[in-house]
Amino acid sequence: MTMATTQSAQQAKDIAIADLPARRSLPLQLLSILLKSPVGVAGSLIVTAVVLLAFVGPLISPHDPLNRNIRSRFKPPGFVDQSGKVYSLGNDQLGRDILSRIIAGSRVSVLVGVISVLISGTIGVIYGLISGFVGGILDSVLMRIVDGLLSIPFIILVIAISGVVGAGLSTLILILGFTGWITYARVIRGEVLKVREMDYVMAAYALGQSRPKVMFMHILPNVVASAIVLAAVQVGVTILAESSLSFLGLGVKPPTVTWGLMLSDGRQYINSAWWMTLYPGIAITITVLGVVFLGDWLRDFLDPNVRGRA
Amino acid sequence: MGVSLRGFFISRMIQLVVTMFIVSVVVFFILRLSGDPILVVAPDFFSEEQIEQMRKFWGFDRPIGEQYLNFVAKAITGNFGTSYLAKRPAMELVFERLGYSWMLAAAAAAIGLTIAIPLGILSALKRNSFVDLIITSLSSLGTAMPSFWLGLMLIIVFSVHLGLLPVFGALEPKAIILPSATLGVGMAARLSRMTRSAMLEVLNQDYVRTAHSKGLMHKTVVMRHALRNALIPIVTVFGLQLGWLLGGSVVVESVFSWPGLGRLMIDSISVRDNTVVQAGLLFFSLSFILINYAIDVIYIILDPRIKFQ
Repeated sequence: MTMATTQSAQQAKDIAIADLPARRSLPLQLLSILLKSPVGVAGSLIVTAVVLLAFVGPLISPHDPLNRNIRSRFKPPGFVDQSGKVYSLGNDQLGRDILSRIIAGSRVSVLVGVISVLISGTIGVIYGLISGFVGGILDSVLMRIVDGLLSIPFIILVIAISGVVGAGLSTLILILGFTGWITYARVIRGEVLKVREMDYVMAAYALGQSRPKVMFMHILPNVVASAIVLAAVQVGVTILAESSLSFLGLGVKPPTVTWGLMLSDGRQYINSAWWMTLYPGIAITITVLGVVFLGDWLRDFLDPNVRGRA
Repeated sequence: MGVSLRGFFISRMIQLVVTMFIVSVVVFFILRLSGDPILVVAPDFFSEEQIEQMRKFWGFDRPIGEQYLNFVAKAITGNFGTSYLAKRPAMELVFERLGYSWMLAAAAAAIGLTIAIPLGILSALKRNSFVDLIITSLSSLGTAMPSFWLGLMLIIVFSVHLGLLPVFGALEPKAIILPSATLGVGMAARLSRMTRSAMLEVLNQDYVRTAHSKGLMHKTVVMRHALRNALIPIVTVFGLQLGWLLGGSVVVESVFSWPGLGRLMIDSISVRDNTVVQAGLLFFSLSFILINYAIDVIYIILDPRIKFQ
């Protein structure tokens, strides 16, 4: 394990050095490294596309995602109405265009994915940082709490909380944000324990820097890479959790459009209108796949230490 | 089996108790997250006085610490209170459903392992080949797919179009096929990735090289030397993925109207029957903790490197 890790770390270093012509700016360097990895390219293309859709969706949406039309209910994909408008992915039970609704739904996925993960990442990193840095009894107590919380399956915990607290987009974002941090705490603590013993930390102490300064200026920057890798994974987990909750009626409520709610509608008409179920699911799968790919690439790029598992 | 093994069991038992304590605190306070738990269940037409009476009846007028102690004292004896809706002990309702959930989880885990282990090994042996690419891509796809959506798609294909399998309930034995396949595929996607990396790690070890250089057949090396050692991390990862399996089962049970604990919880949430939600949450966590505890013990027994005097 250690040998494989050192080897892969060395390889990664070699690649990184070989790939970095000295004169280019950092973004260009990153781009040239990214372009060498098909997985990284695919992941970043998908993620960029989804984020773009979330921002400029209304501009390119073929129809109004909320516009009902009783006469074109349950029309199959490729339906063309009297005025010649095309509904390429078909219509739902209220005659709303599925493609436009998928475009509109990207906004919730991006919002939930990004904001929840920012909240949970911040809490988790600070928690892990304090636990690992302070150590001693506080560390044992904080880690036992994490063990306890980890033994409640994530989605079940979220379901129970949102069932009691109630549904809605902002509530859901908060719930996912305030439960997701548990994943980070343990990993970040482990990283802190490693970094804490490094020579440069000793040097910082020797120079007379205060403990908080060492913690935030010297240790934190060196565990951020692991946090980013974890965050990428968590974005996927969070998007899936949002869709499950909305599907169960415990997440986002209509008229907000989300892929999970679209699937919940689709389920009711599963005998007749398969397209209501097929396409929103594909949208979720592609989005999460993009995030997973990007996360895999980030892990290889940022964090050669975790690579043993690749 | 000497002193250290007993010491190990005792320290794990203490950990178990601490974990259960934290879970119980979480479960207890979740009900209080909504503010006043009485207002959630009291009908709108109740007067202040009636609400006050109800509060007294359920013990919600006591200090919060006392309420928690009462909750724990009762929970230890298996009393989680009465379901507001069914007017029966929440525990009874949970026990009725637990068997179905375990059955589904066991079937899904069996499917997951049967698919994941051979594919993971194949993928590791043919590292960076076309076969490896296909298997790892499928595994990424399976991880990215929402399990309930896969379930819906299976319903469309096998129930709606082919008419082969029932869509809802647990009335006939073959009703378990679709829900367990749904969860099993998701499980396989996650496990095959882990099996592949565990196997790759082991294949790089010196003892595997030694076995090869002794002139042993490739098959013997893989099955005898590599797989047996790779099984240990696979077992651990399997335990960790159980959390995903239990969580996924809650949603999948709802898709297929499978009468398990997950569906009971979702149904109880929608009618705000919070005692049942609490009991369900506690039982899910308890199952998760106990299975992982069992896996830890198996792990210790399997791994000959850990010796007890």
